[in-house]
Amino acid sequence: MPVTEAQIWDWLEGVPDPEIPVISVVDLGVIRDVSVSGDAVTVTVTPTYSGCPAMAVISMDIETALATNGIVNLQIQTRIAPPWTTDWLSEKARTRLEEFGIAPPQPAGGPTRCPHCKSDRLEKISQFGSTPCKAQWRCQDCLEPFDYFKCI
Amino acid sequence: MTVSAAESPLFEFLLRQGDNALVLGHRTSEWCGVAPVLEEDIALANMALDLIGQTQLWLGYAGEVEGAGRTADDLAFLREVYDYRNLLMLEVPNGDFGRTQMRQFLFDAFQVPWLTRLQDSKNTRVAEIAAKCLKEALYHLDRSSHTVIALGDGTEESNRRMTDALTFLWPYSGEVFKDDATDNAMAEAGVAPLPSDLHSVWLETVERVLTEACLTLPEGAFAQSGGRTGFRHTEHLGHMLAVMQTLQRSYPGATW
Repeated sequence: MPVTEAQIWDWLEGVPDPEIPVISVVDLGVIRDVSVSGDAVTVTVTPTYSGCPAMAVISMDIETALATNGIVNLQIQTRIAPPWTTDWLSEKARTRLEEFGIAPPQPAGGPTRCPHCKSDRLEKISQFGSTPCKAQWRCQDCLEPFDYFKCI
Repeated sequence: MTVSAAESPLFEFLLRQGDNALVLGHRTSEWCGVAPVLEEDIALANMALDLIGQTQLWLGYAGEVEGAGRTADDLAFLREVYDYRNLLMLEVPNGDFGRTQMRQFLFDAFQVPWLTRLQDSKNTRVAEIAAKCLKEALYHLDRSSHTVIALGDGTEESNRRMTDALTFLWPYSGEVFKDDATDNAMAEAGVAPLPSDLHSVWLETVERVLTEACLTLPEGAFAQSGGRTGFRHTEHLGHMLAVMQTLQRSYPGATW
């Protein structure tokens, strides 16, 4: 039976972001297109940050996940325009990020509340955190530092 | 057979963009593990990563335009000093942390308006790469201006060091605005604005931030040049490339 595009999307849902495993690469918004032609599958991926080392891992993980499901004729294309934006994070991803202890991106440019105690008394520690996409903040009530997913 | 600058001003233009990002990215990465505090160490490593990512976009496209089969990696690791087209300001040694931040700021203050204009390039690929890089340049500028202000308006020592940094870097800062044949060709083709068009907006940003940082804009309009044309690099670029390229030079074609 030929594979459908919906089926591919479904399998991609099962590929976690290598740095933030609670969200999938689909939730992250980096999968821009999936097309199937006969047994050939093309997945179009957009980089989050131009130098993010996780992108190579993401491509490899996509390849592995699809190979496990019998897709061998796979092409992964990179597309840089329009550039990736945090607006493409799914609602589910935003909820999961907060549950995981990472404040989701906000248009205002900073977190609205502490992902741990929900206080809004916050301070920025550094514009960069454990990965290029995150900044470090601290809650002034529970005093816990936390990652904030930067808005770009 | 490679195309010369005269044959392809677009290739030359792309090398300038890519080499700026590459050389500054490599210099910034030299702070990895030795920055004054952990947060700055992480920040500098992340900025370097952004710049190396941008390099891949620019030099990747440069390789395609050249049409000689060279990849971004080939261009980065297998060219000689005089093939490089980066600004001199970006290749000089980092100096102290303050000078590194001042250099980043002087560069970012140009990159933001420059990439903003390049987004409207008639060359679609240039416009796309610029749009991607601009997102990163914006927070680089945000960060470098804050750091310059914090250090300039800090202690007596930090102010003195930032003054020294500015004095050292200032003669290099004007190089980017010296239009040449490549710039004219790019402007005529609608690929890019003339860099000199951006001088006033750059100066406005620089003056505003330096004033807030309690630093004085240096006198004098003398500008070192030779980096972006490849005519004359400083002695430092060769040393930098020796470190950066050693692996590919010693083990040609090595991958991992």
